[in-house]
Amino acid sequence: MKKMNLVLVGNGMAGVRVIEELLKLSPDLYDITVFGAEPHPNYNRILLSPVLAGEQTIDQIILNSWAWYAENRITLHAGRKVTSVDRVARVVRADDGTEAPYDRLLLCTGSNPFILPIPGRDLKGVIAYRDIADTNTMIETAQTHRHAVVIGGGLLGLEAANGLMRRGMDVTVVHGAGWLMERQLDDAAGALLQKSLEARGLRFLLDAQTESLLDDGHGRVRAVRFKDGSEIPADLVVMAVGIRPNTALAESMRLHCHRGIVVNDTMQTVTDARIYSVGECAAHRGVAYGLVAPLFEQAKVAANHLAQFGIGRYTGSVTSTKLKVTGIDLFSAGNFMGGAGTEEIVMSDPFGGVYKKLVIQDEKLVGAVLYGDTVDGSWYFKLLRDGRSVSDIRDRLMFGESNIGDTGHEGNKSAAAMPDTAEVCGCNGVSKGAICKAIKEKGLFTLEEVKKHTKASASCGSCTGLVEQILMFTAGGDYSAAPKKKAICACTDASHQEVRDAIRIHRHLTHAEVYDALGWRTPNGCASCRPAVNYYLVSTWPKEAKDDPQSRFINERSHANIQKDGTYSVIPRMWGGHTTPAELRRIADAVDKYRIPTVKVTGGQRIDLLGVKKEDLAAVWKDIGMPSGFAYAKSLRTVKTCVGSEWCRFGTQDSTQMGKDLERALWAMYAPHKVKLAVSGCPRNCAESGIKDVGVIGVDSGWEIYVGGNGGIKTEVAQFLCKVKTPAEVLEHAGAFLQLYREEGWYLERTLHYIGRVGLDHVKRRIVDDPAGRADLWARLQFALDGVPDPWIEPEKAQVDVRQFEAIPVTTETAVASAVARVQA
Amino acid sequence: MNARSAFVAPAWQAVCAVDDIPRLGARRLRRDAGGDVALFRAADDHVFALLDRCPHLGGPLSQGIVFGHSVACPLHNWTIELADGCARAPDVGCTLAFAVRVEAGQVLLDAHELATRGLEATTATAP
Repeated sequence: MKKMNLVLVGNGMAGVRVIEELLKLSPDLYDITVFGAEPHPNYNRILLSPVLAGEQTIDQIILNSWAWYAENRITLHAGRKVTSVDRVARVVRADDGTEAPYDRLLLCTGSNPFILPIPGRDLKGVIAYRDIADTNTMIETAQTHRHAVVIGGGLLGLEAANGLMRRGMDVTVVHGAGWLMERQLDDAAGALLQKSLEARGLRFLLDAQTESLLDDGHGRVRAVRFKDGSEIPADLVVMAVGIRPNTALAESMRLHCHRGIVVNDTMQTVTDARIYSVGECAAHRGVAYGLVAPLFEQAKVAANHLAQFGIGRYTGSVTSTKLKVTGIDLFSAGNFMGGAGTEEIVMSDPFGGVYKKLVIQDEKLVGAVLYGDTVDGSWYFKLLRDGRSVSDIRDRLMFGESNIGDTGHEGNKSAAAMPDTAEVCGCNGVSKGAICKAIKEKGLFTLEEVKKHTKASASCGSCTGLVEQILMFTAGGDYSAAPKKKAICACTDASHQEVRDAIRIHRHLTHAEVYDALGWRTPNGCASCRPAVNYYLVSTWPKEAKDDPQSRFINERSHANIQKDGTYSVIPRMWGGHTTPAELRRIADAVDKYRIPTVKVTGGQRIDLLGVKKEDLAAVWKDIGMPSGFAYAKSLRTVKTCVGSEWCRFGTQDSTQMGKDLERALWAMYAPHKVKLAVSGCPRNCAESGIKDVGVIGVDSGWEIYVGGNGGIKTEVAQFLCKVKTPAEVLEHAGAFLQLYREEGWYLERTLHYIGRVGLDHVKRRIVDDPAGRADLWARLQFALDGVPDPWIEPEKAQVDVRQFEAIPVTTETAVASAVARVQA
Repeated sequence: MNARSAFVAPAWQAVCAVDDIPRLGARRLRRDAGGDVALFRAADDHVFALLDRCPHLGGPLSQGIVFGHSVACPLHNWTIELADGCARAPDVGCTLAFAVRVEAGQVLLDAHELATRGLEATTATAP
């Protein structure tokens, strides 16, 4: 069958991204032809600024080499500008007469720089800043001339000015507004930015109205004249006052254009359904986006429809801004100017060079400007896009964090100020320089890609905020984070919440039902989604949905914790940290008998036997005769206790007994992530209740309950939930809270992050203010846990596949003999 | 493939039944010389055999989660393709893959490969 013809007009980032996405989905559907006006393969336009500043070369910013086009059998007409399209005959014509017929047409003509309509705009030395040719002109001019004037103090203008200055020119930035980057910054942040750029040697003329550009008598620009009659010398004038969607071709084709080529949610032009448009030239719901992330989202949708899958809609994006000038940390998003009906929280330290402004409307964060310390930018951006109420965290909002951990990156808070040698990811030993290099050389645009290629933030995730900042900084002002709804993994477009909801509403009981109903692209998921789906099934429908051991991580399949050498650790349960001489003797005997190399006391008041061979696991469990500590599972781990009123002269409550009661009520409780509890007998808090998922502190008049603490990656103090009088109330409140977390938490989300997502107010409403609801939650938890067998004591009943503990012996000597025999025969 | 296999037909040796391997799971073959061989069974009952060592840091692949025709290493979550033992990009590296045949519900491996390949490898869980 003859393939259909797809023609792409515009060989830039948007169009080529559509082709890449299309090739992934349906590589053989089309014969593809690409026209590009520039004589280059697709390159990363965002990185022109580092090229101008001399930090990179043109070759380094090429995204798709000439070979890529050839390998994918794409016909590339580079340096040929399409001048007309015949929509009736369905033929594209270029300026050199080249023609190409199409069945589907993709218009990605991008945008044109706006040139001020002033006398002298056609003089030599007057350019825009848009493509490789402009960049080369600037680099060449910097070698022979001295005075540069950049008209426009926006993102692009400042990057151009910085680059020209780095190339040795004397640069003045002329700006019509009262402060720099007025579309991304408020006046205070703009002033800070100006001060810092002035310190580097740039000069600024604000509120300046350019009247004309003056000729040196040889057709080259000599000076810039302003409306007040003053002049400044200029050998080079860069116009960076804005861009306009390039719709000239589309208009000549009589496609409907209004602020761009008007497209619908499937990125088809509203005039002609055979024609798609993506990127800066396309107007979607009245907006033409100039940033990379929205454009890539659009590309995904367009490719999906071109591949005839017919699913996926683009519904618009929220964007944020980051200036790519080395050493300057700056972030803005949303409605940062505020105005009627909004409230502002401002922190200003002009001498320290730090300024932060948060704009709140109807209890939601609607805008943010950060200067100097931008490490929380991604967190604010997330709050902004999620649109969740911030009333419960308002007093702490300005102090940010939660996105970034305390550990593993030397406490760095400013990505731009970090030297290249500084370690960003302490887990995988990845430096800032290595991340920047990967982003530039491999053309990475998303956090996921950076994780995959560098392993930075791929382990504990505490440096995610920093990595995002570096990504924004390197990949540019045009970076914007992933869409609000995040798919579980590449197998599906469904988010954690959508999977949870579908399982509950449609009563899905098996993996297959979930994968069918939610359109999984893989037959049986992957190592990321399958454990999540398995948890959602069994936590939503306890005793109905069947647990699938093969969808659990090895630790939960073998009920022991895998170690780096492939051996396992065994941690028996010691209720509330209590043990007996008999238990200790059995442990000691097992250690001797199975030659277990390491015995260690854990932080959770238990004993860890390390280096147990897999084939010994079942026998070790049997010999020690103690319950499983579930130290390997996303489940209740331990309840840490102090000795309490039974022994301690300060103790006000029997914390040990309370701890034992909690542990006996909650053991074997699987959860989205591990769960740690502690009970202290007085406010001295020796059991460290303040950093546990549920921390209980005995006081003379009863018990205080705290939730959402964390002592790990991000040290976070637990928040006060409520105070109760009796141990029975402690059990009910703690149990109900954990059941709420079990029902609403996303897989691998700790209580800290769960509460961060839903808000403590929500938790209080459900647990503290609603006694009937609380009792229901507590009852549902008890129902789910009732009769659950211990995998160590009753492995068969707990459906542990004991075959895994035996290796199948195979004798190679006989094998060789038989092989040799066959050869001889 | 080593040079020998070009000249000598494989000496197929039954090692276990397909049903001895859990679907979407794995078993370990313990050789008396050389590292363990991991046998994997995909959902479609395809059986694969790899040296039980991740090319990254030697993790026992037999303990990983099997999906499609791939396995995720239990130590650092590299994805290894079962057909050829190679890591999925952007990770790089391969572990040895062994030829497998299934006949009448029995899993057959080439005795010569079992006797000669991956002998230098030790297996973490081996005594």
